Amino acid sequence: MRRARALVAGLCTLAALASLAAAGCGRQGPAQDAEEPLTVSAAASLAEAFGRYGEGVEGGRPRYSFAGSDELAAQIRQGARPDVYAAANTKLPEALHREGLVERPVTFTTNALVLAVPADSAIDALSDLERPGADLVVGSPSVPVGSYTREVLWRLGPQRAELILAGVRSREPDVKGVVAKLVAGAADAGFVYRSDVVAAGGRLRALALPGRLRPQAAYAAAVVRGGERHALARRFVGGLRSGRGARILRAAGFGPPPR
Amino acid sequence: MSAVRPFRAIVTVALAFALCFLTLPVVAIFAGTPPGELVASLGDPAALDALSLSLQATLAALAVIVVVGAPAAYALATRSFRGRSAVITLVELPLVLPPAVAGIALLAALGPQGLLGGWLEDAGVRLVFETAGVIVALVFVAAPFFISQAQAAFSAVDRTWLDASRTLGATEARTFLSVMVPSALPGLLSGLALAWGRALGEFGATLIFAGSLSGVTQTAPLAIYELFATDLNAALALSAVLVAISAALLLSVKLVGGRVAPGLLAR
Repeated sequence: MRRARALVAGLCTLAALASLAAAGCGRQGPAQDAEEPLTVSAAASLAEAFGRYGEGVEGGRPRYSFAGSDELAAQIRQGARPDVYAAANTKLPEALHREGLVERPVTFTTNALVLAVPADSAIDALSDLERPGADLVVGSPSVPVGSYTREVLWRLGPQRAELILAGVRSREPDVKGVVAKLVAGAADAGFVYRSDVVAAGGRLRALALPGRLRPQAAYAAAVVRGGERHALARRFVGGLRSGRGARILRAAGFGPPPR
Repeated sequence: MSAVRPFRAIVTVALAFALCFLTLPVVAIFAGTPPGELVASLGDPAALDALSLSLQATLAALAVIVVVGAPAAYALATRSFRGRSAVITLVELPLVLPPAVAGIALLAALGPQGLLGGWLEDAGVRLVFETAGVIVALVFVAAPFFISQAQAAFSAVDRTWLDASRTLGATEARTFLSVMVPSALPGLLSGLALAWGRALGEFGATLIFAGSLSGVTQTAPLAIYELFATDLNAALALSAVLVAISAALLLSVKLVGGRVAPGLLAR
């Protein structure tokens, strides 16, 4: 019995030592930093494009964290230190810049808000949502896609906006939540980005919004202060505006950055 | 004997480490913000809606869990049949499923395009985007906690009492209600508290299966996630309330469990 306990204690000590050693390895000098991949916190809508962009960036495929831009900003405010923060608007990176948490943001692409419906849906226009019975899913007000959606609806005027908002059945924490509800056939329509419909590969259909309603969805990225790989992070951000990153973004349904 | 001393040091250090690691985050919820501010941020109507929805939905789920789970656990505890252990494993499976998997599984089974989606629609039952869907998700993830505890509690009841009750002419139903349930009560209650705690904390399955809409499907954990992005203090306040409720539940498990333990040990 005592021998068994000693064995367990020995194994535990070994495990503890091993984890200490592993933790120690993670904190070696700058020579090793160059080989560590970047950590990138990016808006959920960038998942597919950044995945492809990451295959060829310096330093190896980055470690990505995709979520609502607002959640990622809150994490940075709470002390998270990714190397790069890329949001689906310019407001959040600018706010973090004013707070001294990130370097000057770079606006690197744009996206179009669209009304997405399942490929076989009968819904053909925004006005179809004003009739009761259509289940609509939107982003929560704090996530960029949710605030763009509200902008569009308010431009329709309060009466039409309220009719459409009455059909909202769920406010998802990020745009991929909206996409998932549509793809699963749980909802009839949702406001997402054009790039999300491209990424859904034929399962969804995008109904373009009239030009006068369309919000300016510009994406900005910034190097986070306090990281140790600023040069690498700056090249990651720089590559998004032109060259390979820009080509990948265009192919994924994103637009060129505003002039 | 010389091996004993370092071992004693190791277990003490391990315990101290475990204690710090497990309590620090909970302490931090309360330490970060002054209590006045915590209470003030609870004035947010969305937070209150979420709390009240959480209480209503978890209580409804508990009712379903008890009404169906108690007899089911009784059957598992008293019947021996082919494939019994397979049934027990299947019933306990949701215990180890990641909540996101549970949500997708529920959508695939009961969603509009799920296996039973057509039948449910014909019957006029809507679950996705409805409070009923939240309750279904809570039952799915929490029921196994109650059923496995209840099964253990029923199994621990002395068989001679059952036989005595049946010999005296009581029906099995009567024996279940007047002998089994009272004798197994501490175990049943602790299973109930565990299931309640799990249901209160449910996040992923609810979000994926039922969605998130204030007052309809947005339970307290979903509201905490949303508030985190906009108002950290409000998120902390709501978290503090959940911590208090969960701690009360755990404490009640301990108190009830303290009563059941000697009986179990005596067996």
